[in-house]
Amino acid sequence: MTSETVQPERLPDRERSSTVRVLAPARPRKLAKVPFVELADGRLQGVVSSGSDIQRVYVSSVAAKDFAYTCSTNNNRPCGGLRSSYCNHIRALINEAVVQYGVERVARYLRVEVAGSEAVAADLVTTMTANRPSLGESSAAASVFSRFLRHLAYLELAPATVPLPEMHWFPPTRAVA
Amino acid sequence: MRTDLLTEDLSGLAEALAAVDAFDRVLVDGLLRPGAAQAEGLAVLTRAVSGSPLAARVAQAAEKAAAGGGGEDDFVALAAARAALLGAVHDALMERVGEATGREPSGVDFPAQEPEGAANVLAAARSWLADLARTGWRGLDHEAVSASAPVVTALLADPALRRLAALLDGFAAELAASCPGATVEQFPVRRWADLWARALLLTVPGAGAVAGAEPVTGRLLPLGVDLQEHATAVQAQVHAVFEPADGSPSRLVRASVSAAKPDTVVGAGLWQLLRPHMSLLAAVGEGRAMELTGMPLTAEGDLLWDDVHAKSGEPADALTTARVALPAATGPLTAPLDRHPARLAVPVFLEGYAAETEDADTVTFDVAGGRLAVDVDRIPAAGPLTPKAVAASRACIGLLRWDAGEFRLQPLAVETLVRKKPVGVQAGAWAGGSTDKAGVKAEKAATDAATVLRERAGRLLRK
Repeated sequence: MTSETVQPERLPDRERSSTVRVLAPARPRKLAKVPFVELADGRLQGVVSSGSDIQRVYVSSVAAKDFAYTCSTNNNRPCGGLRSSYCNHIRALINEAVVQYGVERVARYLRVEVAGSEAVAADLVTTMTANRPSLGESSAAASVFSRFLRHLAYLELAPATVPLPEMHWFPPTRAVA
Repeated sequence: MRTDLLTEDLSGLAEALAAVDAFDRVLVDGLLRPGAAQAEGLAVLTRAVSGSPLAARVAQAAEKAAAGGGGEDDFVALAAARAALLGAVHDALMERVGEATGREPSGVDFPAQEPEGAANVLAAARSWLADLARTGWRGLDHEAVSASAPVVTALLADPALRRLAALLDGFAAELAASCPGATVEQFPVRRWADLWARALLLTVPGAGAVAGAEPVTGRLLPLGVDLQEHATAVQAQVHAVFEPADGSPSRLVRASVSAAKPDTVVGAGLWQLLRPHMSLLAAVGEGRAMELTGMPLTAEGDLLWDDVHAKSGEPADALTTARVALPAATGPLTAPLDRHPARLAVPVFLEGYAAETEDADTVTFDVAGGRLAVDVDRIPAAGPLTPKAVAASRACIGLLRWDAGEFRLQPLAVETLVRKKPVGVQAGAWAGGSTDKAGVKAEKAATDAATVLRERAGRLLRK
């Protein structure tokens, strides 16, 4: 743990606060190449836009602990760049995850041991590939893609002017991931 | 304002919160195989409400839960007991705030609420929450959390259930980020119990219904904007003084606008989502009043905003409103379910204080013998107000809040001296748009992100 997370000076109050921030908001990033990244279901997973075909996206993932990886198109064709290790889509996914969540949260979630807060995305990739990860079960691609669609569908929900009192439990924070 | 009153002890507060804490600790290990410690925690909660109408039902629920046989209705009863205790805490705090501000309640009461349909999805939500109580925070795993996804999707589809949807979505994201629970050292114990209990009560049909409203006409003088957000939802609430055209006493009111969002829409992107749905946001940024004609207003002080009932009015400086109109305004009542300390957000105006800064992120106002911590972390990032400006201020409009045992001030706007002239800075100044350099840059980044997401949605969603 390093000193730049949201918690330090609030630790004594963390258990008895109603509005303690558990998650820092995503850091802004450019979405053109990797429109979707998430830490969910025990994986870093997301969607990478194809550089050549605007209709095509790659669904990529890396599992926590053993770093097993998958990458295929949204039509379930295997990624041509996958050989004995991470393809460029997976590397892009890790880079963007680090921009969005900060290196510490990504490393903690994937359980990658990296040295201190100075680590960058490349250090994560180096540590993970040195572990000789294997190709994972590709069955997750469909669920990741549907989670991406669900995520996009938030844009389709109409805003409302009826008050949501529950949002008082979710204050903004100036801290970043 | 009598700030000194805010730091005095409240009788019974510690005892009520101790009973809440006792129950909250039960949820850490869950109720699947409860041990003696959990039975004791449930007993403490039971004793705390033993003099209330809930007593018999809660005692029965606690007994069943302590034996590992608690059902959904039992959990609802326990959540209700917890809510009753925090409701009492809320009322005591509000009474103290009333003494400190000298503000009278409006006296407007509530019409009864009609229960609504949608029982199926509410039952699904309740079932997930009951499983969560059995699992406990320590037993959290990805499977337990991801079971909420279809429930949230179904809730989001029904605009009448948006409260529960926004709550569960934000809650589930926090749980997911804390998996597996077995490796977590310290849980946000009260917070998660709050979210769990509140969600459970909202699964009771009709509990989340909007209060009845009556149309009002008059002048609206904005004080400031309170922004609230989690990864996939945002809400802006404008606090304002409403002066009825019929000459009746002016009232403190709120106008809310909320939206669901992808987690990568942040900063100025939040204002961009909300802006088209409430012209009042622009009025705050421009320092204008608005003229309302037949706008629905609930007894809780919520304007159910619709732009057709509002038109732009005369310039109205928020700090002038706070000095002149705020002291005379009456305060709204609080809906029964909203009686909770975290929901407390009372507009106040302070001046003549000494601002003390420990470091860049810690500001305290020393006012007339009382000290009030300033929650500068709550100032939205996409705006011109900064902790530094708060520390240099000489007058402040803020929301009085209470959390973790103390009152805090959330700044909405401050007055500082620039070349010896007073200048007002609004936390929500960019809500309607921005022309300053940093604001334009933030808007551009947010527009680019939204453009990519909409392009991807257009190409991939409807297939």
